[in-house]
Amino acid sequence: MEHTAAEPSGLDIVVTTMASDSHTWNLVFLQLLLEELGHRVTNLGACVPDDVLVEECRRRQPDLIVLSSVNGHGHHDGRRVLPALRACPELLETPVVIGGKLGITGAADGDDTAARGLLAAGFDGVFTDVGAVDAFKVFVQRLAAGVPA
Amino acid sequence: MTAFGAFVARARSQGRLVVQPRMGMSRLDEMRLGLYATRNAAATTVGTLTVDSYTRTGALDEARRAIDDGTALNGYPIASYPPDVTRSLLRGIADEEFPVQVRHGSARPERIVAALLAAGLDATEGGPVSYCLPYSRLPLREAVTSWQRCCELLAAAQEAGAQPHLETFGGCMMGQLCPPSLLIALSVLEGMFFRQHGLRSISLSYAQQTHTGQDEESVAALIRIAADRLPDIDWHIVIYAYMGVYPQSPGGAQLLLDEAARLSVRTGAARLIVKTTAEAHRIPTVEENVRALETAAVVAGEEGRAPRTGIADTGIHEEACALIDAVLDLDADIGRALVRSFAKGRLDVPYCLHPDNAGRARSGLDSSGRLYWTDAGAMPVAGRAGAGRSATGSRELLDALSYVQRTFDERAFRTVAAPLPLSP
Ligand code: B12
Repeated sequence: MEHTAAEPSGLDIVVTTMASDSHTWNLVFLQLLLEELGHRVTNLGACVPDDVLVEECRRRQPDLIVLSSVNGHGHHDGRRVLPALRACPELLETPVVIGGKLGITGAADGDDTAARGLLAAGFDGVFTDVGAVDAFKVFVQRLAAGVPA
Repeated sequence: MTAFGAFVARARSQGRLVVQPRMGMSRLDEMRLGLYATRNAAATTVGTLTVDSYTRTGALDEARRAIDDGTALNGYPIASYPPDVTRSLLRGIADEEFPVQVRHGSARPERIVAALLAAGLDATEGGPVSYCLPYSRLPLREAVTSWQRCCELLAAAQEAGAQPHLETFGGCMMGQLCPPSLLIALSVLEGMFFRQHGLRSISLSYAQQTHTGQDEESVAALIRIAADRLPDIDWHIVIYAYMGVYPQSPGGAQLLLDEAARLSVRTGAARLIVKTTAEAHRIPTVEENVRALETAAVVAGEEGRAPRTGIADTGIHEEACALIDAVLDLDADIGRALVRSFAKGRLDVPYCLHPDNAGRARSGLDSSGRLYWTDAGAMPVAGRAGAGRSATGSRELLDALSYVQRTFDERAFRTVAAPLPLSP
């Protein structure tokens, strides 16, 4: 069904980090933010093994998968996890975004080349800079409103 | 044999604060340079090997792959380098005058402990609760079993003539927003767990929180309780410079570290683990670490000459004792008592998502910046109803998380912006 921009309905969203990352304040924050925007969130918590992540997403078939990582291994972990998600027929088209502090060198990780690399790898959105949260809110609002990416 | 505890005790008896970095790189030349620079810093230092996230979570194949293709990790992959490699990394640097500790954040650390012992090291840290709930999704029961085994491994090394040292990370649950009574209780309980499983030299941690007066009272309480409950083993207090969202400006970060150094000296702590001006942004460089060590040592030296003031009692000692007793009442085996306490919510870490945490407790900051319980869940302590609000929305959560960052960035900005005195 097509939603109009005027009356967006809530999305089912999986918020998760990846196997090596134990930071969770980022996940708690993203869950609250998305719930305040009217969406339903499943938060998978710390250090989510690849098979658990894929299985939870396959089972729930969410409208959006949000990967968050701040421990500096996000680039690497994201590139490993995305193909595993895409290998499920149910998740071929599901929007998958990634954000946080993805590398270990600070500002240099957020630069265009690194972000472009993740987009080229198949992510639908990469959110790492200062305005990450605002840009992400716009992305989610457009998705909820059915605006094609 | 590096005799970590003896080194710290000696420095303390000479009135010197031991300072230590959080430092770990995956490249051998960088790691060696980091240890060398720490040893040679103008301060009384001990060295650190901070372990990377893959090794922490048991993904040794990923760590190996990163070594092979030269990808830089966020720490030193101690279980993937052969013991000989770590031995040569340490050769000529680590000795009685410069003990090195392995810091790892692992809920199931058998392989890390085996690797450090094989490399001739015997000082490490963590704990069955503090390295499980904030660091993993492993059932607490399994973490307790694993930590018991690791304590026994270290204790066996003791029998063989080493002087192993184990520090509890209990004074830093989630890095931020955990009221001090629970930090103190977990630090002491993990210390008692270590003792129960054979350790004879330990340290108890406390991480700087949001209010200096509250921190001073907390460390004093921790010392009193430790003296009471751990009378027959060697222990010292280690302070962690703030472990939550850090100031973004170099000036703010430095002011916060200065405050941690003063806290350490004023409370009589023996050791301080520093944070650098890069903390809010990325893994620090060796130079940034050395600067943090040296500036903390200078501030500590100055503080040593300042007069002491009295500490008010707002009830932290009593609250921590109530939590400790509520756990010890459940079972003489401290590991089992801890598991049962979390299952019943007698211990409950605010905002912790781990499946074995009750997740009912909430905390907040009052108008003076003190941390307190807005909801203590099923813990045997009273929440301070009406004293403020818990962080329930995303905005409020970020506000509470960034209180220290904001306060110190503003302080640094005011210091810089203050008008210069007119020259005569
Ligand atoms: C608290 C903390 C911890 C706590 C975490 C407790 C817990 N369970 O959450 C403890 C002490 C346990 C911890 C452990 C470690 N930590 Co830590 N930690 C921090 C610290 C101080 C604050 C993080 C925080 O709570 N932020 C609050 C949340 C709300 O904000 P955030 O996570 O920054 O996320 C914001 C944005 O990034 C963004 N965002 C995040 N994800 C996403 C996703 C999307 C889609 C979008 C749109 C936005 C977005 O939104 C948030 C709000 O603005 C930071 C440094 C700092 N920032 O001051 C280091 C830091 C993140 N940790 C770091 C590291 C490396 C570790 C360790 C690996 C230990 C080590 N080697 O030093 C371990 C983790 C072990 C593991 N298996 O991964 C590094 C990461 C380095 C890097 N990326 O370059 C940092 C930056 C410190 C440093 N300078 O070295 N840590």
